[in-house]
Amino acid sequence: MIVSVPEQLRYSEEHEWVSGLGGEDGIVTVGITAHAADALGEIVYIEVQPSEGDTVEAGEPCGEVESTKSVSDIYSPVSGEITAINAAVVDEPKVINDDPYGEGWIFKVRVSEEPGDLLDSAAYEKLIEEA
Amino acid sequence: MSADPNPNTPVKTPLHDVHLDLGANLVDFAGHLMPLRYAGETAEHQAVRTGAGLFDLSHMGEIFLSGPDAGAALDHAVVGKLASMAVGKARYTMLCAPDGGVLDDLIVYRLGDETWMVVANAANVAVVRDALTERVARFDAAVEDRSASYALIALQGPRSQKILGAFTDAPLADLRYYAILAGRVAGVDALVARTGYTGEDGFELFVDVADAVPLWKALERVDDVVPAGLSARDTLRLEAGMPLYGNELTPDVTPFEAGLGRVVKLDKPGDFVGKSALEAVAQTPPGRRLVGLVAHGRRAPRKGYQVVTSGGTPCGVVTSGAPSPTLGRPIAMAYLDSGVEETGLAVDVRGRPEPVDVVALPFYKRS
Repeated sequence: MIVSVPEQLRYSEEHEWVSGLGGEDGIVTVGITAHAADALGEIVYIEVQPSEGDTVEAGEPCGEVESTKSVSDIYSPVSGEITAINAAVVDEPKVINDDPYGEGWIFKVRVSEEPGDLLDSAAYEKLIEEA
Repeated sequence: MSADPNPNTPVKTPLHDVHLDLGANLVDFAGHLMPLRYAGETAEHQAVRTGAGLFDLSHMGEIFLSGPDAGAALDHAVVGKLASMAVGKARYTMLCAPDGGVLDDLIVYRLGDETWMVVANAANVAVVRDALTERVARFDAAVEDRSASYALIALQGPRSQKILGAFTDAPLADLRYYAILAGRVAGVDALVARTGYTGEDGFELFVDVADAVPLWKALERVDDVVPAGLSARDTLRLEAGMPLYGNELTPDVTPFEAGLGRVVKLDKPGDFVGKSALEAVAQTPPGRRLVGLVAHGRRAPRKGYQVVTSGGTPCGVVTSGAPSPTLGRPIAMAYLDSGVEETGLAVDVRGRPEPVDVVALPFYKRS
């Protein structure tokens, strides 16, 4: 199956995407990839454990997404302070399946340190092809 | 279907190309490449509850038992009473090990005076075929595994009879639940059974593999018929409180523990495999019991998670669990240890106790 892997985003090995790296305000947006959403199936529940204002560490579990068939942890791909959680996807998680890179964003982080080992789109595509 | 030289390559069903055209998400299930879902499992689930869903179940096994002593042979091999069943009827039964553990759960159809069809779960076809062959050896009866010759297509949901009726002259209105007839459907020969695994009215159509695609396409063209995958099938059967082999039923579980002691016919004539063990089990309170759980929160209990008391002591294990599309809350089936109070329980969902209520099965019953 061909899934979308937008070029302008960066990716974690745990199938999160990050947008807005290197922006002036230092705030990035995080979601899960189309590949991850597709593997889960229709998402029926999402929980983000930290609240706005809490800090997260890169690689740390900070929530979970649950479909009819399975459940998966969400890991923060970056370290910093949570500045927003997308209430729309908490209310209607299926938005993540419908628009994983747009309306389906999950949270925003003001990054506190330069993220290390994120993948570019080519590397992420390779990762999911080999999976 | 046909044996594959490489055991690691899942077998494609006769409807494989149809699934690809429909954009199905395919998974290896018990060695068969099966549709997990098409457009979306929730819509597929709801379609079966309110209209009609179309399933490819060609991974299931069809094992025929025939001969002058086939009925007696079957009664010796499984725990149910099949020899006296009328032609055209079906019954849910189990194949048990000598120690009473469940080797598979089966639907057995009587197709003729001397012919029974045993439908086995995909993962257990070889076990069932081999056990039947061994157990009937001293009877005048022959076992033949015809799984590779049959495709199985199910039409399930409240609108099934109306929809199927447009494709056949067979008297569907007179076909009772757990009965079967031979007829023509959409121009092909079919065994039409009023059975299913969804908790709804519906039909299962056994056809020659060569007839699978035309039959599927005829039914799929009907408005309101929604192709449905294994994911929807699993939540449908879970809501209906139906056990799944490998989850609720295993060789370590007896039918009595699974709450299905009624299928064990200890009073039938003659001996049967597992009888002495099951007689003993029937007379002692079961060590554990299968219950239904409904979660208070949103996080679903899943297979293998522990049930814990209010004090945090493990007291059972979840065998199946999922967010229920119909109830809007997570539901589960679980084995509770004997003597456990049914109040104040929780399921350890990845390190956090999620409170649950113990409820009577099924979670959903059609009106």
